[in-house]
Amino acid sequence: MLAKRIIPCLDIKDGRTVKGVNFVDLRDAGDPVELAEIYSREGADELVFLDISATEQKRKTLADLVFRVAEKVNIPFTVGGGISSVEDVDVLLQNGADKVSINSSAVKNPQLINDLVAKFGSQCIVVAIDAKQIEGKWVVHLVGGKVPTELDLFAWAKEVEKRGAGEILFTSMDNDGTKDGFANAALARLSTELNIPIIASGGAGNMQHFTDTFIKGKADAALAASVFHFKEIKIKDLKEELQENKIPVRI
Amino acid sequence: MIKIVNYGSGNIQAILNIYKQLNIECFVASTPEELSDSTKLILPGVGAFDETMQELLDSGFQTELDRLVLEKKIPVMGICVGMQILAKSSDEGKLSGLGYVDGHVKKFDSLFFEEKPHIPHLGWNSINPTKEHPIFENIDFERGFYFLHTYYFSCTSIENRLASTYYGLEYSSAVNNDNVFGMQFHPEKSHSNGVQLFKNFANL
Repeated sequence: MLAKRIIPCLDIKDGRTVKGVNFVDLRDAGDPVELAEIYSREGADELVFLDISATEQKRKTLADLVFRVAEKVNIPFTVGGGISSVEDVDVLLQNGADKVSINSSAVKNPQLINDLVAKFGSQCIVVAIDAKQIEGKWVVHLVGGKVPTELDLFAWAKEVEKRGAGEILFTSMDNDGTKDGFANAALARLSTELNIPIIASGGAGNMQHFTDTFIKGKADAALAASVFHFKEIKIKDLKEELQENKIPVRI
Repeated sequence: MIKIVNYGSGNIQAILNIYKQLNIECFVASTPEELSDSTKLILPGVGAFDETMQELLDSGFQTELDRLVLEKKIPVMGICVGMQILAKSSDEGKLSGLGYVDGHVKKFDSLFFEEKPHIPHLGWNSINPTKEHPIFENIDFERGFYFLHTYYFSCTSIENRLASTYYGLEYSSAVNNDNVFGMQFHPEKSHSNGVQLFKNFANL
């Protein structure tokens, strides 16, 4: 049976992981390659690298990192953060990324999705959507959730699918950082209304939250950062619990 | 030595990386001439059926592949689209496939599913071997492999099915005909199982 995926997300700045990472067995806590290897050994199904650096060297540094990750890690990984052109994507895929994720650039220029899909295929184009509720409506936001747009989450998600995206990574800004669980009602609606896989993000605090997002949220995959980085949840334990709850996972 | 046929398809580097980790010699062949001293062949796969076949035709790879695979019986392993082009034809395109394994490539039909499926078939799934074969030595079938595809291989003869996987229907996720192997999943992205499979292929 197709397994539900568990995806740790690593924030990257200037080629190094940011957010304190609490791994005693790491020689260099800031080295994304070493961390990626550990996660892959512990049973992560995929990895996401989100580049938050804003320097001019950014592209080259990120491409180098992608190359080094691909050398060592034999599971699929996605790279996102500031990707805004066909050339950007080409460089990352050439260096060994399996997928790229685009966010603000897709909202500003939706045609970019079509262009990327035509050139590289749906399978490697993930569109990330950040949204939060304003007066009961899910509104798409930009710049890490700071700037509201006029787009409705569900309408935008459908447009993204129609333009050929292979997957949607939905982050609820209302849930992100709360550790209160994922936005399961919105996720379930996305999952039911769309025909492409949905990755749940934002709100993971304990193992029950993952069970809930797979059952109530009908998510295909769940992404989290701090609960994994700070070892609050071990991927191995999480998968065992999910299996006990009759959720198909790769163990 | 093992040669990866480079017809502009992605994921070649991932395969090279694994053979490097295994300390097994593996090279990329970008012209048909570079295939001449090969003892094993890998057809990698990311892309569309017709695009891939056209590239094989234009580059002259197909003629050389026919000679090596059909006459010299060199083991060949196709991955994902590289597996699908082993078939005779595909719903995805108009061109003929290599035809090394009798079959036709079909699209997943949502009618197969009880609940509305998400297409592509994306993620980790188990495989069920239908026969014993050295290529599956020490593989954890339950743990499975990473899949990413919208079309699947439909074998004309069940004899050519090496493993099946369930996604709406039980389809052939690995095929075999004599020296020809096809894997629908991506062993180059399937962690320890993938590494083991590449090792097994090298040892055939």
